Amino acid sequence: MLEFLLLLLACQFLGELVRALTNVPLSGSVIGMALLFFGLVVIRSIPAGLQQVSSTILQHLSLLFVPAAVGVTLHLSLLRDEWLAITAALVGSTVVTVIVTGAVMRLLCGAQELRIKNRPRSAALAEISDPHTLRPEVSQ
Amino acid sequence: MSNVRQALLQLTSAPLAGLSLTLGVYAGCHWIYRRSGLKPILNPVFSAASILVVLLLVSGVEYEAYFRGAQFIDFLLGPAVVALAVPLFTVFDKMREATLPIAVAVLTGAITAAGSAVGIAWLCGASAETVRSIASKSVTAPVAMSIAHDIGGVPSLTAVFVILTGMLGAAVATWTLDLVGIEDPKARGLAIGVTAHGQGTALALQVDATSGAFAGLGMGLTALASAALLPTLAKLLW
Repeated sequence: MLEFLLLLLACQFLGELVRALTNVPLSGSVIGMALLFFGLVVIRSIPAGLQQVSSTILQHLSLLFVPAAVGVTLHLSLLRDEWLAITAALVGSTVVTVIVTGAVMRLLCGAQELRIKNRPRSAALAEISDPHTLRPEVSQ
Repeated sequence: MSNVRQALLQLTSAPLAGLSLTLGVYAGCHWIYRRSGLKPILNPVFSAASILVVLLLVSGVEYEAYFRGAQFIDFLLGPAVVALAVPLFTVFDKMREATLPIAVAVLTGAITAAGSAVGIAWLCGASAETVRSIASKSVTAPVAMSIAHDIGGVPSLTAVFVILTGMLGAAVATWTLDLVGIEDPKARGLAIGVTAHGQGTALALQVDATSGAFAGLGMGLTALASAALLPTLAKLLW
């Protein structure tokens, strides 16, 4: 299990390195996630220890945001002065974004599934109605 | 007695205090959250942070002193984001089937998030500082802060907006998606991840593995899309 914790840190380290060298506008940990993901794609399976480490750490993902959230104390006066505009912007934008993203995803996935579902049937129909495929049978 | 007080005062700014206080308060809040049947309003990040903010204000301990201990928890965010690769890999096949829908949904979502936040804040008369800092509020914190820096916002204020968005997203996303009747776990997860980054992903992971994985994907791709687009869009606007 420890070696896989080390693997997570190593991926993050490599991610930070890539970021420093290439100036990609991504955090080191997001690049690290991509690196580990490609690693898993290559080996085509998840080692048991890695599964264990990742579910342990992700089970308490919410906890990890608490220290940053307490940072609200640093901006209390600005939040007090502009609370209405900020609340309106955050609430409005959150609701709109959830709906727009979800709706676009559902619409496009739905369209794609419909196309896949229809393809074999229409292909089969085309084969049957195609005179060339029928001719050999007729001639026999 | 005064010796005990002195010693306690010294300990409040020692790393042990910030660390154990954060863990203790969170554990309590999480227990209540689970007992309530995961009621979004009792989101443990929100309740724990609120209690800790009040404690800091009442005791007069500076955030820097608190963070000396809390930074150990904060640090784990890095490896935790890396660990998201695992649930992501489990939905690799579903992801490959939906490459185009994912790309279009994330792009639309990332632009909607930034555009609507900036637009509403501006219409409501927020200061330029706030408007510029709020643009990257749906992006995962470290990336959001570097975007804020690039577009003339205040990175630490952006961190606050990012966290507030995460709490809000975790609180209203499930309800909003139910309301508009989006049931597909892929669409639900992606929407939560695009809107509410890691905190949304944490919520989605508790609901089911597929939406959790799509939330992680949404979070990562939104960071990428926003970092690529927002600085250019900002140049056009201000």
